[in-house]
Amino acid sequence: MKPKFAMYWAASCGGCEIAVLNTHEKILDVDANFDVVFWPVAMDAKYRDVEAMEDGSILLTLFNGGIRNDENEHIAKLLRQKSKILVAFGSCACEGCIPGLANLSPVGEIVQTAFHTLTTDNLHELYPRSSFDVPEGELYIPKLEKVLRPLDHVVDVDYYMPGCPPESHQIAAVVDLVIKVVKGEAELPPKGSVIGAGDSTVCDECPRARNVKFIKQFNRIQDVAPVDPTLCLLEQGIPCNGPATRSGCNARCPNAGAQCIGCYGPAEGVLDYGARLITAFASVIDANDPDEIEKILDGIPDPVGQIYRFNLAGSLLKANREAWKVK
Amino acid sequence: MTERIGVYVCHCGSNIAGVVDVVDVANWAAEKLGRQGVVIAREYKFMCSSLGQELIEKDIKELRLTRIVVAACSPHLHEKTFRIAAKNAGLNPYLVELASIREQVSWVHTDKTVATQKAKAVVSGAVSRVIENQALDELKVPINPNTLVVGGGIAGIQAALEIANAGFHVYLVEREPSIGGHMAQFDKTFPTLDCSACILTPRMVEAGTHPNITLMTWSEVEKVTGYVGSFNVTIRKKARFVNEELCTGCGICEEKCPKKVIDDVYEAGLGYRKAVYTPFAQAVPKYPVMDTQNCTYFLKGTCKACEKFCPTGAIDFNQTDQFINVEVGNIILATGYDLFDARKVSNYGYGRLPNVFTSLEFERLSNAAGPTNGNIVLRDGKTTPQSVGIIHCVGSRDRNFNNYCSVICCMQGLKFAHLVHERTGATVYNFYIDMRTAYKAYDEFYQRVLEEGTLFVRGKVAEVTDAARHSNEKGKLIIQTEDTLAGKQRRIPVDMVILSSGLQPRHDAKEVGKLFGISCSTDGWFTEKHPKLDPVATMTEGIYIAGCAQGPKDIPSSVAQGAAASARVLDKILQKEVALEPVRASVDKEKCSGCRICNGLCPYHAILFLEKEQVTEINLALCQGCGTCVAACPAGAISGTGFSNEQILAQIDGLLMENLEMV
Repeated sequence: MKPKFAMYWAASCGGCEIAVLNTHEKILDVDANFDVVFWPVAMDAKYRDVEAMEDGSILLTLFNGGIRNDENEHIAKLLRQKSKILVAFGSCACEGCIPGLANLSPVGEIVQTAFHTLTTDNLHELYPRSSFDVPEGELYIPKLEKVLRPLDHVVDVDYYMPGCPPESHQIAAVVDLVIKVVKGEAELPPKGSVIGAGDSTVCDECPRARNVKFIKQFNRIQDVAPVDPTLCLLEQGIPCNGPATRSGCNARCPNAGAQCIGCYGPAEGVLDYGARLITAFASVIDANDPDEIEKILDGIPDPVGQIYRFNLAGSLLKANREAWKVK
Repeated sequence: MTERIGVYVCHCGSNIAGVVDVVDVANWAAEKLGRQGVVIAREYKFMCSSLGQELIEKDIKELRLTRIVVAACSPHLHEKTFRIAAKNAGLNPYLVELASIREQVSWVHTDKTVATQKAKAVVSGAVSRVIENQALDELKVPINPNTLVVGGGIAGIQAALEIANAGFHVYLVEREPSIGGHMAQFDKTFPTLDCSACILTPRMVEAGTHPNITLMTWSEVEKVTGYVGSFNVTIRKKARFVNEELCTGCGICEEKCPKKVIDDVYEAGLGYRKAVYTPFAQAVPKYPVMDTQNCTYFLKGTCKACEKFCPTGAIDFNQTDQFINVEVGNIILATGYDLFDARKVSNYGYGRLPNVFTSLEFERLSNAAGPTNGNIVLRDGKTTPQSVGIIHCVGSRDRNFNNYCSVICCMQGLKFAHLVHERTGATVYNFYIDMRTAYKAYDEFYQRVLEEGTLFVRGKVAEVTDAARHSNEKGKLIIQTEDTLAGKQRRIPVDMVILSSGLQPRHDAKEVGKLFGISCSTDGWFTEKHPKLDPVATMTEGIYIAGCAQGPKDIPSSVAQGAAASARVLDKILQKEVALEPVRASVDKEKCSGCRICNGLCPYHAILFLEKEQVTEINLALCQGCGTCVAACPAGAISGTGFSNEQILAQIDGLLMENLEMV
């Protein structure tokens, strides 16, 4: 009997699933070596089928997406119970990612904004409710929790695989490794490890030339013309998150002429990605006058979006204070 | 392994115990922190006493303690004491942690309940932290036996001579053309009325000719790198435009120079010097300097009279500033003071009323080698005053200017009174707030001046004016003051007013402090390590201060401090090596991606970039453990021993223990 495989999406965009499919023929290896028992995006399945499984009967579960509502939480706990190896797969599950930026607002405000957009006239002030009575009985939809939490705030996680989404070659390597482990040809890394990524930062894989840095001005990349294709982007005043971001993507963005935005998360042992990054940026500002420093920092128009784009829910602060206070 | 932790809570007499319930803190620690590994918690009257230390040593041995927390004063005061105690008992000294419950708790709180609670939190933080502490070994570095002394006034000269006489080399750097400082400008010194030049010049000459002293005048320190035992100092030797090897100091250039310039520095604006000059006859070294701001050749391109007449061809118009690097083990800063600018007290009329003089102007007037050959005369240069008013505390003890007492002004005012009396027979008034004549033979001098007939008026002078109200005030300066002893307002007409100006920190003291890595008080004086017990050391190891740079003081105190600083330096030199705190940063090469964010940040130039491996490395001997690079590293590849993330986070967790349920 083949070992069982599951993949689930909680609060996420679906990009992680695409990345798995993007491994091309490697996906056939998954099928050849695993019995895919639960993968809502690829095949039909019912939660009750999973509930009926024996505890620990699924060998490998790739869990993507953060925990935003009670359904996410329920399935996270369920899959934890049923799985031997639970992997927080992709930035959302690891550290909250883009959905985690909603932690800047209390949940009421999020709903208000969503149901009062420029193109939405909510004439009757209708908002989603978690339960609703219809003649056929009571209907439920998942209830939003006050903040989005990364997977390991809710359940015990065995491994972390960062990236938005994880790079396909890294996924393929992890799949290969697990197949080898199943065949007894390799051993699993220590529990809690980050897999499918490097130990250093993006700069380690970036081919651009680097010097001692003195920054007089920060600019958005579209305002810099021309961008020197061989020189460190940060040295050109473009806030590149590469220095603080874990390696593993082969410096994809800087190679393509764009700044790193930090989707691979913090380097090993770093507690708070944004705090690290902003101290690094501040350290290389070439000015001593407070007003001038202020002006240079104004070159980063959206500081939270710059330094916590992928990491807010997993940061030390985790969320806005008002969001926490929601009863 | 579970640590076995001992917690020791100090009463510090009533300093801590008066506000914090120390018995409660100790009992609480024993009971509530047992799970963290606390096996014993004691309180004691004075932990720093030898009995207190023995208590710790005994417990380490008998209870096999592996970590120590002392809840007492700031680590600045007694961290060393308890580290030594631990070392004596065979425990690595860096496994001791001080919880400051005096400076951070008992001295800043009055509510006993809250203070006791806070003390518990601080102790809890220290316990959590000490578990993460690592045993460290001190780094020993050799001490370079050379010393840099900055400032060639009497304090600097004294320090340089003491060290040089002990057989070690000194670089004495002075920014003016000659050493001597303010003391060289004075005529007489209080209270003995010694001739200032007579007692100073032998010291100057000795410093100038001493085989162990390299004298660098007309020079300034540009850059300092390194650390105690091994400083690298760059000195800018400003161009003199006189070749020191050829110059014999004959003075012909000065004599032949056609350009007269008002001497604002040495003669306090009362006399002239030439564009090429030595500031005074006994200057050390004897070589003149060229004032390029005023020299006709530099202004118009012709003249060169000095060059034509110089018998040895020593004038060199092509000279440029030189940068000289010296290696020293210790540095003494004796950079002195600036005189308070009496113009700021506009109601006293200095700069507006011609016959109002500053103390420095009067020193030059009364000096036999001064512009009037020691004749005390009015600004017209010939009239001897019939009456003189001396105003004390100008710019000092005044909330509009400086709050502090400048120490020397009372005695200076008395000295002026004596000199005026002796040389002119004029009626002399001294206007004082309080008469401060502490120290040896000072008050006897006051009695003497009183007996000489000087009149004393106690009260702060409101105004000096030339607007006469009565016929007897015509053509006079009128001093308007409250006489607080007589209890009435008085107007006293005089011919001459002398302002006994206070002392101020050097205008560039802050920058100089920054250059050498030491701090200034709010007033601007260099901050000593301890105001009572360590007055010449600073918080930066290897940097000492002496003389008025540390605060206003008279000549004997400046000399004493110069000698004291040199004793501290000699102590360091004779130890041959110094143990550095092993708090250092190090790079994990596996994690370092060579982003080079940290490369430009190190104030000690300890960071090196290895081009071949594309990683950064830290030179442990240069690193001072300041933590700048640790904070800046975006990859978390640099860590600091003694201040690791684990230690700091554990301490925060410990501090928040009371609040755990809120998280």
